[in-house]
Amino acid sequence: MRDPVKSRVAPWIFIAPAFCVIGVFFFVPVIAAFALSVTDFDIYAMADIANLRFTGLENYARLLSTPLFWQALGNTFYFVIVGVPLSIALSLGAALLLDSRLALFKPFFRTALFAPVVTTLVAVAVVWRYLFHTRYGMVNYALGQVGVGPVDWLGDPHWAMPTIILLAVWKNFGYNMIIFLASLQTIPAELYEAARIDGASPARQTFHITLPLLGPTLALVGIITTAGYFQLFAEPYVMTQGGPLHSTLSVLYFMYQEGFKWWNFGAASAVALMLFGLIAAVTALLMRASRRWIAP
Amino acid sequence: MKRAFPAVFVNGALAVLTVAALFPLLWMASVSLMPAGTASTLPPPLFPSAPTLAHYQEVLLRAGLLRSLGNSLFLATVVTLCSLAFNTLAGYAFAKLEFAGRERVFRGLASSLLIPGQLALMPLFLMLKNMGLVNTYGGVIVPALASVFGIYLVRQYARTIPDELIEAARIDGAGEFRIFMAVILPLLRPVLASLAIFTFLASWNDFMWPLIVLADDKLQTLPVALASLSREHVQDNELMMAGSVLTVLPVLLLFLALQKHYISGLLAGSVKG
Repeated sequence: MRDPVKSRVAPWIFIAPAFCVIGVFFFVPVIAAFALSVTDFDIYAMADIANLRFTGLENYARLLSTPLFWQALGNTFYFVIVGVPLSIALSLGAALLLDSRLALFKPFFRTALFAPVVTTLVAVAVVWRYLFHTRYGMVNYALGQVGVGPVDWLGDPHWAMPTIILLAVWKNFGYNMIIFLASLQTIPAELYEAARIDGASPARQTFHITLPLLGPTLALVGIITTAGYFQLFAEPYVMTQGGPLHSTLSVLYFMYQEGFKWWNFGAASAVALMLFGLIAAVTALLMRASRRWIAP
Repeated sequence: MKRAFPAVFVNGALAVLTVAALFPLLWMASVSLMPAGTASTLPPPLFPSAPTLAHYQEVLLRAGLLRSLGNSLFLATVVTLCSLAFNTLAGYAFAKLEFAGRERVFRGLASSLLIPGQLALMPLFLMLKNMGLVNTYGGVIVPALASVFGIYLVRQYARTIPDELIEAARIDGAGEFRIFMAVILPLLRPVLASLAIFTFLASWNDFMWPLIVLADDKLQTLPVALASLSREHVQDNELMMAGSVLTVLPVLLLFLALQKHYISGLLAGSVKG
């Protein structure tokens, strides 16, 4: 029969491996990041820990007086503020089209539109760089056919970030599209029937039935997407290396350089914490706004 | 928006979106087969005039992507198998085994989903450096051995298993581990498939951490090797497209083969959460 001691211990044995990994390799480093951010941990401290000094909030103060940090912050906000609405609008549009009864070949369209999501970002960034090449790129060639002069997409500080946003939107919209699609399919058909009998136009049905019922999903998707877009890194790393003129340097790229190029781990941890604080604040703000506007 | 929307508009818009989604990928494949230099002519050719596999040969053998392909395959496979074992054990325990503080421990773990992983980056690097794991496969594998997302996914699914099934096995005298292996695991197969493909793709596509922890050329994964190759070969478009195809194709094929499991995992992880 059952051994009571054994069955009391068993659950802990089951969770122990995962718990240890997540505790040691996630929770401990996260807490250590706070400690690291108030020290001057750098390459000298890495060689000999005796060189480590407690510096209080000096890292934060110095970052806040570094113009490049502010530029990285501004670039990241640009990416988030333009990229997130664009990405969600495209996801929603595609989901509405796929949900339409008139759509043919739904499985094919759905798979095709989702395909960019599973591709490797670095590889498609390489492809993007070629597509947007000033002289040989397909995009400038197509624009040239309709009389628009060549644009130096990745070499012009005004165009580099929009090009990166286009890549991010292309790569990501399929993910939220699937979530919207699942949510759309839970809306009962009777609602549309009733509206149609009352003489509501398709546009009115969309604005008065579909979008309000999609509200909670929209809020969730918006929050998750925003938090994700704040973590921009690989796109500029591959396509522009943060240039031209630092116009695509993101906060995370700034942190990477500070930490793994200059080995200023103290300052890099302070950057990471500020980014975390920023994401947390924006998330909280979005949650409050969504509760107000999309109240049940 | 349902019926009166003209069919032409709906399908036309879907077709335009699909072309936009697929064109970069198809063109990547087409250019990778073109003779060297043809991709840098005007107008850009759509199809290779004389298809060649020379760039694949060069990028795999001379540029060393064959080794990176092996590294990526090895790391993604090991991470997937190990984390599947760790996450399944924990996810099942959180769903079905009674123990003091179960919900509190789980909520504590789940709260970490709100913390971006970059926060842990610097201390994690120092920790692994002290353990001698920087510049080894272990540096990529060890931190990925378990994930809260995976535990969550398994837990959600395991909760649907009827308690009577487990009780019956206990009355028959089976130990907890035997019950897990013989009764639970077969029932969890669908969620295991979802989690496996999710983990494999995430591990294959991961960039920042392997970039940081694997400085040695010989250990680099495909995305990291491709990124550094693209800095050296800015002008060799055909070569770079061949490298991109090699990086994207395995995960794209895997996704196409196991699409149903991938999508159901995606939805279980985001909507119901």
